[in-house]
Amino acid sequence: MDEAIVEVKGVGKTYDNGVEALRDVNLAFPKGRLSTLLGPSGCGKTTLLKIIAGLLPSNAGEVWVKGRKVEGPGPERAFVFQDFALLPWADVLRNVAFGLELRGVARPEREKVARNYIEEVGLKGFEHRHPSQLSGGMRQRVGLARALTVDADIILMDEPFSSVDEQTRRKFQEDLLDLLRHHQKTVIFVTHSIEEAAYLSDQIALLSPRPGTVSKIVRPAVDHSRSPDEIRRDRGYLDTVDEIWSILRKYV
Amino acid sequence: MKMILSLIVWFVLWEIVGQAKLSSIVPPFSAVIEAAIEIVPTDKFRNAAIISLRSFGLGMGLALAVGIPLGVAMARVKGVGRLLGMWVNIFVSAPISALVPILMAVVGIGETTVVVTVFLFAVFVITLDTQVGITHADRSLVEMARSFGATRQQLYTKVLVLSALPEILAGVRLGAIRGVKGVVIGQLLVAIIGVGELFELYSNHFLMEEFWALVVIVFLFAFAVSEAIAALERRVEYYAASR
Repeated sequence: MDEAIVEVKGVGKTYDNGVEALRDVNLAFPKGRLSTLLGPSGCGKTTLLKIIAGLLPSNAGEVWVKGRKVEGPGPERAFVFQDFALLPWADVLRNVAFGLELRGVARPEREKVARNYIEEVGLKGFEHRHPSQLSGGMRQRVGLARALTVDADIILMDEPFSSVDEQTRRKFQEDLLDLLRHHQKTVIFVTHSIEEAAYLSDQIALLSPRPGTVSKIVRPAVDHSRSPDEIRRDRGYLDTVDEIWSILRKYV
Repeated sequence: MKMILSLIVWFVLWEIVGQAKLSSIVPPFSAVIEAAIEIVPTDKFRNAAIISLRSFGLGMGLALAVGIPLGVAMARVKGVGRLLGMWVNIFVSAPISALVPILMAVVGIGETTVVVTVFLFAVFVITLDTQVGITHADRSLVEMARSFGATRQQLYTKVLVLSALPEILAGVRLGAIRGVKGVVIGQLLVAIIGVGELFELYSNHFLMEEFWALVVIVFLFAFAVSEAIAALERRVEYYAASR
């Protein structure tokens, strides 16, 4: 496949309480593609994502991003949080612009960029609402816009749709595919939904639980340029779902 | 509205008891109001009010300047939390008034003693509430700020303190109420300045109308301060509702 933009080499993580979350994880994430970390709860997929983000230190191994070793968070990576992590006291505009605000970008400039992405994620007209006035799906759109605003090459998404209801989730997944194709982002996506993984991903890393290791890498033969409805009825998509399930059922 | 109604009932009752001359220390409410109107414009009252407000302001300012950073430090630095946690908890419930006579011996009899008394009355509850607020600040907000490259200073000014604002304001409100007590108790014990001097004067000369008038004025002040901060709290809570 294409060149790897993120490389995980022999990463292990044991928490202070003695729980071993990850052991000797080796993974390469191809540039410009959507890769998924999939596994049952407790397999350490969020831990791995946070190590890649530089939010958690690993006990063993290294993570390399764009040819540089990860020592902490960096501007080439942006994170989308499971619980949205929006500032409750700030409106949508300020939340979306927050990454740029932290970088010291002047207000008129960062708000201009933010407005642009607010429109792209479909929240135009909501710039001055506060998070408490938005639905779960809309809040996560704010989280996504915030990650896009800082213009990172790599977007790390931690179960972004798990607090969003089913209908909203489908629409959101479709919009996400559109957006990412358009912006040529590399995405690393954590989920426990097999369908979501098969539908969105170019590459799926299946993690086995306790301690988390890569048990298999699946590359779904799904043509993402086709319409969402076609994909959901596609042979390759359905086969991928079956293949993943036959592996994962052993761990559940 | 309910509150005003309840006040009216109690004032009417007070008036009846006063008019009936059941007790020499309870003059009728109307006489107290008359006395209040009489004493407020006097120089004596104005000077007392200025001294008292100054002591209150200085003491509260100090309590905020020390209490909030200390609370933040206790929440964020493990060692500081362990070292001071127990003491702050003891002092928040301890009868600080008992310390005022010692204070007089240390810092002298005067305004300083009152400022320190206000400070001691207010600082611990502010520290404690700040600590609670920062400790319970949304961890994912902290993680979010870090992932977007927040500096240490940005983490505090743009996330942690704002996130803890509801708790901090609750602490400040309780601190201010205690601070008013601190002024009165401090001045009463020092007995030669401010409102405390007036209280002494009125009670020694058995000027009950004036005495009660002063009580009502101090109560009103404490109530106004507390309500002003509470109004601020309600605005903040509105935004914090989604936490």
